[in-house]
Amino acid sequence: MSEVLDRPMTEKAATVPLVRMRDVNVRFATRDRTVHAVNGVDLDLAAGEVLCILGESGSGKSVTMRALMRLLPKFARVTGSIEVAGRDVVAMGEGALQDFRGGDVAMIFQEPMTALDPVFTIGRQIAETVQRHEGLSRAAADARALELLELVQIPSAKRRLAAYPHELSGGLRQRAMIAVALACRPKLLLADEPTTALDATVQIQVLLLLRRLQEQMGMGVIFVTHDLGVAGEIADRVAVMYAGKVVEEGPVQALMRGPLHPYPRGLLGATVQPGMRGKRLTTIPGAPPSLDLAPTTCPFAPRCPEVEPACTVEVGPRPRRPVPGRMARCVHVAGGA
Amino acid sequence: MSIAHTPSADRGGPAQPLLLVQDLKKHFPIRGGLFGATVATVRAVDGVSFSVLKGETLGIVGESGCGKSTTARLVMRLMDPDSGSLIFDGEGVGQNAQTGGLPLKEYRRQVQMVFQDSYASLNPRLPIEDSIAFAPKVHGVRDAEARGRARELLAAVGLAPASFARRYPHELSGGQRQRVNIARALALQPRLVLLDEPVSALDKSVEAQVLNLLVDLKEKFGLTYIFISHDLNVVQYISDRVMVMYLGEVAEMGPVDAIYDRPAHPYTQALLASRPAMDPGKRREEPPLTGDPPNPINPPSGCRFRTRCPHAEPICAERKPAAAELGGGHLAACHMALPGSGHSQAGRLAA
Ligand SMILES: Nc1ncnc2c1ncn2[C@@H]1O[C@H](COP(=O)(O)OP(=O)(O)OP(=O)(O)O)[C@@H](O)[C@H]1O
Ligand SMILES: Nc1ncnc2c1ncn2[C@@H]1O[C@H](COP(=O)(O)OP(=O)(O)OP(=O)(O)O)[C@@H](O)[C@H]1O
Ligand code: SF4
Ligand code: SF4
Ligand SMILES: [Mg+2]
Ligand SMILES: [Mg+2]
Repeated sequence: MSEVLDRPMTEKAATVPLVRMRDVNVRFATRDRTVHAVNGVDLDLAAGEVLCILGESGSGKSVTMRALMRLLPKFARVTGSIEVAGRDVVAMGEGALQDFRGGDVAMIFQEPMTALDPVFTIGRQIAETVQRHEGLSRAAADARALELLELVQIPSAKRRLAAYPHELSGGLRQRAMIAVALACRPKLLLADEPTTALDATVQIQVLLLLRRLQEQMGMGVIFVTHDLGVAGEIADRVAVMYAGKVVEEGPVQALMRGPLHPYPRGLLGATVQPGMRGKRLTTIPGAPPSLDLAPTTCPFAPRCPEVEPACTVEVGPRPRRPVPGRMARCVHVAGGA
Repeated sequence: MSIAHTPSADRGGPAQPLLLVQDLKKHFPIRGGLFGATVATVRAVDGVSFSVLKGETLGIVGESGCGKSTTARLVMRLMDPDSGSLIFDGEGVGQNAQTGGLPLKEYRRQVQMVFQDSYASLNPRLPIEDSIAFAPKVHGVRDAEARGRARELLAAVGLAPASFARRYPHELSGGQRQRVNIARALALQPRLVLLDEPVSALDKSVEAQVLNLLVDLKEKFGLTYIFISHDLNVVQYISDRVMVMYLGEVAEMGPVDAIYDRPAHPYTQALLASRPAMDPGKRREEPPLTGDPPNPINPPSGCRFRTRCPHAEPICAERKPAAAELGGGHLAACHMALPGSGHSQAGRLAA
């Protein structure tokens, strides 16, 4: 029935993980300065799974996403291995990359105008993508465009096909960008704070829409946010980044109820929630480290209330896995690698 | 003694609201065509009235474009209202010598503002100490004295003067810059501070530091705040009373607990229900509202929320709902809250 929803899944979920990143490092070196933006990130995503990357500004969330899609500027030094659906992303040539982006993997952003072309109608942009990647006829591509606008719940979809991006409200533009991203039914959707700029009543609509589409299409999603509430609403698993490292990772419920690492624990305590009126907020003193040098030992040590001599000795710190599915890089967490 | 060093005395006594805002209006013409004729009007602030009591924090919430910042700019008198009046501690603001009241210059000293964008509001070429001392010097304070005061304020906002006073804005983090902005707003010893999204650009761990600081400074200097934010949790945390705006109007207003525990206006109810659940066990299936907020250029007739309201009835399009008093200073502008309004559920909510 539906062209978008009913196409068979190619990869089998259990066999190959959809995303496998190992020891990924990204360094920006210019004449004035070097920034060690990502420092040894390992990430796995199963097909059909939603992973939220949480972290403060500058912790390396967007750079990690861009590395996954090979969207970083040429002067960025990237090392480590990145595989998506069993394919080596690092080794891809230009042609393979063109296929990969918008086909297997698509990305949505906080600001939809960075992804939408202002001089083409919404309908044209979707149809164009489909024609390019799947070689459909113009008529078939136009039909797909209409179906996609209906899928992302844009009212009067038929009329909106002819609209230019600037003619849409913020919420509709965000939906249109999602429609463009889903045009070729990607296996992996990378979402970089797509709801951060939206109003509260619109944000929840877009979050629920994304969650529904993800379930219907069986997509894997990596969703970047700095909002714990957004993670609570959409994630299966959460990875918390600090200074370019994943310091803790685990199932959303377990991690939100009882973080293992002092940084996410501090973050949770510092987040204003209902019922905190009149109480003093707990804070994390200081600020994140400058990334002029790559951190070798625990990057959180200068701000950590539990710091001890061992923290500034152990390289990494190495990941601990106290229970299956949970990981924390902290010397105080029990459990082997 | 210079005026900048004389904290303004309480004139009207504790029962006199520090600020009374009456029927404030500001419409922006949109010009177009060959001759720049007015083709439409943005009703940014359209008949807003409220009071701010001495020593309290009034929170203002509402979605983008509902008129929060325009209200703040009007209260600051950074722009003139089309109509409406401000009464500060019992005195009309900006009235002339014949009519009595508070001259604008004096009012502006007693009311200060902190903006969201911590970078844009500081002069990049001035060390922060000089930025803080600038306004007092304009008001006639000697250089050495103004600097001494700036250093005291830096210490009060948690930035050790010895290491921070001579730094430039680009040498500070976002949270540190916002502390400087707060110090600068306090340099003239204001009585009322308007904070327009003061923590929205900050990370959570820094946001908590700045919120704690705001609570401390309020206590220490006996301040009154108007706190604008789109973050409903932050507004609940910091406010004594809350005003909810929708498309240039006040939808609901009242004590913080009344608004958050017993919201009466369908918009407030939907706004609160739109907060993402921190607990993955409490995920929603349906969004509380559909669609985007409409455009303030041609707001709907009658109740402006009716195009999205699940309880809208014909009366809602015909008549603008008057604010109904629900007891204890809790007001809601909805026909359902107003007995005898003609809405089938009218009076159900009345006290
Ligand atoms: N093109 C670039 N050139 C140089 N440095 C960069 C570049 N892109 C990112 N960086 C730096 O890399 C670090 C990580 O940036 P990144 O954008 O990944 O942060 P983020 O976690 O997405 O933060 P935010 O929440 O603010 O979006 C930062 O220090 C940033 O300044
Ligand atoms: N100088 C201006 N000229 C024309 N229109 C304006 C001007 N200032 C504000 N507006 C319009 O008035 C309306 C209210 O704007 P305002 O900035 O007060 O909203 P806000 O509630 O502060 O929104 P936000 O949450 O996005 O900051 C908006 O539609 C805005 O586009
Ligand atoms: S390793 Fe040490 S410094 Fe780092 S988070 Fe754990 S306790 Fe704190
Ligand atoms: S007046 Fe009518 S449309 Fe407006 S909020 Fe009340 S019920 Fe809804
Ligand atoms: Mg980012
Ligand atoms: Mg504003």
